[in-house]
Amino acid sequence: MGSNKAMELAVGVFVLAGIIALVFLAMKVGNLSTASVNEAYHVQARFDNIGQLKTRAPVTIGGVRVGRVSDIKIDENFYALVTMKIDSSYHKIPSDSGATILTAGLLGEQYISLEPGGADESLKEGDELLVTQSALVLEKLISQFLYSKAEETPASK
Amino acid sequence: MSSVLNYIRQLGHWVLGRVERTGRASVFITEVLAGTFTALARFNLVRHQIFSVGVLTLLIITVSGLFVGMVLGLQGYYTLSDFGAESSLGLLVALSLTRELGPVVAALLFAGRAGSALTAEIGLMKATEQLAGMEMMAVNPLTRVIAPRFLAGLISMPLLAAIFTAMGVWGGQIVGVGLIGVDDGIFWSRMQSGVDFYDDVLNGVIKSVVFGFVVTWIAVFEGYDCVPTSEGVSRATTRTVVNASLAVLGLDFVLTSLMFGEI
Repeated sequence: MGSNKAMELAVGVFVLAGIIALVFLAMKVGNLSTASVNEAYHVQARFDNIGQLKTRAPVTIGGVRVGRVSDIKIDENFYALVTMKIDSSYHKIPSDSGATILTAGLLGEQYISLEPGGADESLKEGDELLVTQSALVLEKLISQFLYSKAEETPASK
Repeated sequence: MSSVLNYIRQLGHWVLGRVERTGRASVFITEVLAGTFTALARFNLVRHQIFSVGVLTLLIITVSGLFVGMVLGLQGYYTLSDFGAESSLGLLVALSLTRELGPVVAALLFAGRAGSALTAEIGLMKATEQLAGMEMMAVNPLTRVIAPRFLAGLISMPLLAAIFTAMGVWGGQIVGVGLIGVDDGIFWSRMQSGVDFYDDVLNGVIKSVVFGFVVTWIAVFEGYDCVPTSEGVSRATTRTVVNASLAVLGLDFVLTSLMFGEI
């Protein structure tokens, strides 16, 4: 009987350890604790070029994360239509805010930065941000630079 | 001429044997699955098996998880520091453990430690005619002996894989933060921003459930189907470890390409 009790205790400890490990993986290793379980609203923006932006990329205001990119589509005029999911605790973002695609570091992930405007009205579900700035594409920058260099050279001769 | 025919006949014999064995394994698993409901009603039997399958495997899982994580931390740091990306060390350790190493290495250890023991135990029961004796007493050995062991393997494997992964992350943190001196906050925050609960952690758990099913299935079937001699039991035990390890590695590739294939 005694050894049976000890065995049951060992099984209980084992199952408990497994569950604790799973919770640890979910909360501390994964993003379940930071994933927004609370309400969120969706805002859209159109860009000429989104570069390497992907769904689940962060949306920030002044570096603070306020939401994620939830969907990327192309609209009827071939603009990239990006849908952002913004945590509803940030519900006082002015409706004339602008959206810019930036890069974290020189070669890092791309994310959307919102620049708050001055309007009294705030963004609501389904609104569209009208002031947008596309991603910088490194190849385009380099080719522009090379072209301008090539134009300069004959003049200096 | 007749020797050529003989070779072809042997090939046919081999193929038929394989097909028959696959069929037997399939019939076997359906009967065991039907018996699991009866086994659940007598949970005490399952609890005993969780002890011998899960708890006794705990030590090797914990220690290997810790060391795998520590090695990952060390090797990852040397490679990442070449690119000035030491801050991603936590992410590297956590992603490789949750997605691949946790479920796979835990399943390989599980096959070696618990699977072989299951096969040997059931094989010996068959060799000493305990299983036949049960049938004589109108006790179905599939429900009384096999189903609790199968269920125990199925329950234990995901828990063991989770413990392995958690220990690995801890080992990575010990080496990365404690020994090398990567910043603790950056280590965890990069990890949390890069590891997704559904895409990475949950897919790893699904993998470990699948591995638990396959490894335990192979182990109990090899034991139940073995030649009831001491040599037969030893061969069945070897086959369990080899086949289960191959099945885990092969299935891992299939599962990975299904789960992380697109994007």
